[in-house]
Amino acid sequence: MLQRYSLFRVGVVLLLLQASAVSGDEYADARQNLVDIIEQDVRDTSLYLDKKALDPRVMSALGKVPRHEFVPAEQRKNAYRNRPLPIGYGQTISQPYIVALMTDLIKPQADDRVLELGTGSGYQAAILAELTGQVYSIEIIEALGKQAAERLSQRGYDNVTLRIGDGYYGWEEYAPFDAIVVTAAASHVPPPLVAQLKPGGRMVIPVGSRFLTQQLVLIEKDPDGQVITRQILPVKFVPLTGEHD
Amino acid sequence: MYRLPGNTINQQRLPWLSIALVSATALAYEVLLMRLFSIVQWHHFAYMMISLALLGYGVSGAFLMLLQRPLLLHFSASYIINLVLFGISSVACFLLAQHIPFNAEEVLWDAWQTVWLLCNYLLLAVPFFFAANAIGLALIYYRDRLSRIYAADLVGAGLGSIGILLLLFAVLPAQALTALGLFGICAALVAVRELQQKLTIAWLLLPLAAALLLMPASWSMLEMSPYKGLSQMLLVKDSRIIAQRSSPLGLLSVVESPTIPLRHAPGLSLNATTEPPAQLGVFTDGDGLSVISRYNGDRQTLAHLDQLTSALPYHLRPVNRALVLGAGGGADVLQALYHQATNIDAVELNPQFARLVSSDYADFAGHLYQTPGVALHIAEARSFVTGSPGNYDLIQISLLDSFSASASGQFALSENHLYTTESLAESLQKLAPDGYLSVTRWIKLPPRDTLKLFATGIAALRASGITEPGQQLILIRGWQTSTLLIKNGAVSAQDLEKIRTFCAARSFDVAYYPGITRDESNRYNRLRDAWFHDAAEALLGDGGERFLDDYKFNLRPSSDDQPYFFHFFKWRTLPEVMQLRKRGGAPLTDAGYLVLVATLAQAVIASLLLILLPLWIYQRRINPVKQGVRRTRVMGYFFILGLAFLFIEIAFIQKFLLFLHHPLYAIAVVLSSFLVFSGLGSAWLGRVSSDNRGRLLSQAVTAIVVLGTVYLLSLGSLLEQLATLPDIMRILISAALIAPLAFCMGMPFPLGLARLADYAPDLIPWAWAINGCASVISAVLATLLAIHLGFATVIAVALVLYALTLWVFPVPCNS
Repeated sequence: MLQRYSLFRVGVVLLLLQASAVSGDEYADARQNLVDIIEQDVRDTSLYLDKKALDPRVMSALGKVPRHEFVPAEQRKNAYRNRPLPIGYGQTISQPYIVALMTDLIKPQADDRVLELGTGSGYQAAILAELTGQVYSIEIIEALGKQAAERLSQRGYDNVTLRIGDGYYGWEEYAPFDAIVVTAAASHVPPPLVAQLKPGGRMVIPVGSRFLTQQLVLIEKDPDGQVITRQILPVKFVPLTGEHD
Repeated sequence: MYRLPGNTINQQRLPWLSIALVSATALAYEVLLMRLFSIVQWHHFAYMMISLALLGYGVSGAFLMLLQRPLLLHFSASYIINLVLFGISSVACFLLAQHIPFNAEEVLWDAWQTVWLLCNYLLLAVPFFFAANAIGLALIYYRDRLSRIYAADLVGAGLGSIGILLLLFAVLPAQALTALGLFGICAALVAVRELQQKLTIAWLLLPLAAALLLMPASWSMLEMSPYKGLSQMLLVKDSRIIAQRSSPLGLLSVVESPTIPLRHAPGLSLNATTEPPAQLGVFTDGDGLSVISRYNGDRQTLAHLDQLTSALPYHLRPVNRALVLGAGGGADVLQALYHQATNIDAVELNPQFARLVSSDYADFAGHLYQTPGVALHIAEARSFVTGSPGNYDLIQISLLDSFSASASGQFALSENHLYTTESLAESLQKLAPDGYLSVTRWIKLPPRDTLKLFATGIAALRASGITEPGQQLILIRGWQTSTLLIKNGAVSAQDLEKIRTFCAARSFDVAYYPGITRDESNRYNRLRDAWFHDAAEALLGDGGERFLDDYKFNLRPSSDDQPYFFHFFKWRTLPEVMQLRKRGGAPLTDAGYLVLVATLAQAVIASLLLILLPLWIYQRRINPVKQGVRRTRVMGYFFILGLAFLFIEIAFIQKFLLFLHHPLYAIAVVLSSFLVFSGLGSAWLGRVSSDNRGRLLSQAVTAIVVLGTVYLLSLGSLLEQLATLPDIMRILISAALIAPLAFCMGMPFPLGLARLADYAPDLIPWAWAINGCASVISAVLATLLAIHLGFATVIAVALVLYALTLWVFPVPCNS
């Protein structure tokens, strides 16, 4: 029985891989189109980002990672829309525009060691894996964590290490980190996380609901260990009385 | 006179008890739906769904207009069947609605959500349709005694408004749903007896009742949105609900998470090195997390509470007497204890929440509310301040609403009497010299709450005769929270030094204190610009008015007459926000206000259809006997009445809210008084001969306008003088003040129907439809009017509308 089950699983995986190979081409245009939309959105929000374009490496990663493989089957048709999508368990895969901004904000480098809190679908971890040396990701919901681990492994992201459990104390074993990405909601920034951020490191936190990001908070630790935050509105909107620049 | 079929047998006994029962149950069902949907979804969408579902009344009027003849031929059967269907559908439709995959959070992204929302309206309208059919049929059938039927309808609704509050204290909302289904079936059973039908029909109904009672528990379980805080919390390994308490104030769910501890400390400084102690989570309606913290008497375990923006006042002066408003799980009380306050008054509105801390989990909470020096008061915050002797060193109001609710604009529709200019001014009077009023809010970007609060603080100081309010204000912020301090005295140089030290140690920014420079205001939590500081300076300067006009959000201080603190929406900002809605701009809208406007637009369109379409079909196909009254007058009269009645009812709930010291008392006393006394007014009409109806309407309307005007001008000051009387006296006085006005308000509707009964009986259901539609529009319109012009205006408009009824009262065509 066990053997039959394993054979069945192998068969399914092969089928999925085949489908993936076919759909990879099928989705390539859609993915490029999504990247173009994000680039346009970034130009529109340049006032708040202090830049007219994001790091080309980040955009390249977005153009490479197959988002459709990180969403439930019923959402595949929407995978390359620039919108958050439900992935079950009351969680979402973030809007690609927000993923791009968050990734850009931590200024990822090839040899960076990055901690992610809230693996979710695994999409953000995959993007980080494309850009950095090692990604350590913690997911609190067991079922989601297992699904993400399987997806990431299937895609060959060997530089992602995933753990299911409590993220409050970070991951002491691999600390300090060059960057920390918090994708799960938190009532405050856990003090251990601040401690595990390298001097010169950056942490990014989205604030808002699952489907609507209100602002991004970037926490920077200077070489002296002094911490400051930058609160970034992900939209071109002049809040006071002035006109648009 | 045109004769309807079935006229020969309507001398039978009036089914007043079943009418009262179905009316009571339908009103209770409306309140219950709000509760149920606030739990499974979010409040503002619940408001929209239920408002529009009430159009079931309008649909019923249209339906009866077209099918009244066959239904009246079999009146008893039609009446009983509608009651039975009401009972069954009230349960079934909600349970089905739970399976509609509507996700309020996805409305912006997914067009299908609009379709699911529509399905919800349609489904929930079904029970109201059946209830309205039963009442409407009775009004037509017993049209010679319709004022008594209408009286039973109103009195029943009045009793239902009290009954549902009592029921919600006694049982969980899902159980209340079954109970209301059973009440619907009971109404049918009573009707069988009242209409002298065969008892075998009653035996047929019993299995239905049994089916409701024996329904599997899994069917009636509430399916909470997976995006609500409680649903998310329960996904954490080993976390579970250990207790639930339910009342009309909300469903409290206590959650423990032994494996992965809950750690809730919003606004904690990034420099903090301590973490919160073990906590139990308390969710209200599945969201709005508060916590009960483990406390063993060792103050050092509470050190994290000194790392919040709300801790500032304790560093500026010794605090002996502190007043904590909205004590909840006790975090602010613990903060006061940590800072060695010796006398702490903790005020909590919800007695069940207080009992969780003081009794059920007292050991866990370290018997917090029994600690020497801590006094717990179950009271509404504003009323407690009004009645308190004062002399507080600190009045603390901290994060009373959850971040998600605040950020999504859910409260835009909710009145709040704590953040009004009058309320802050009153709190200032209760401070000892050099005492502080401290209000902590979530930071929203672009800035809204914090700045509106600052503007309200300025207004309150000016209203208290302070010419230089800037000398008494301090505003600090972290990345999550801001705290506004209003000092009862000028901020001193020593204060400034302490503020700088406090903020520097915690990496908080000072947005405003007297003499601040712009460079100081944006150091640790950097924004694109020094928005908070610039706005504070602008609000205090000569250009304050212009700043308020130009700002993209509404920051005008709220008042007791317009208590909508959370209304930040400005129409001129909408085009820009809509353009950006899918590129991170959606949180810039205040969803609550837009939901209100969308509800009104949909109600108006649906009402037009429901009023005009049946009339058109009726004229085309049925070819009625020539009607003896002008239809425009019929439409005007019943529409105006529908608007005016609810305008007054809603505005008076607000007027009595502060006087009755509790929102539940206000709703129960005001609503039931209006409905019951209106019912008595209608019943009294049964004694009046038909010749006197025109004169009686003039007298009733004159009395409404005169009394209403007197109340409009003097009720506020009268209630203020009586505010210190005991609860029971205030309740009786409220009922006594409402009684004469409501008695008169109960007359115009049955007088109009009686006129139709004489000259155009076929139009009675049409009038019923018009009134039903107008009532739905009225509830939404009253809120919109109050947001923009205040509740006094709502009453004034209602009085003008009542005066207009004299002009459009349906008169026979030949007169």
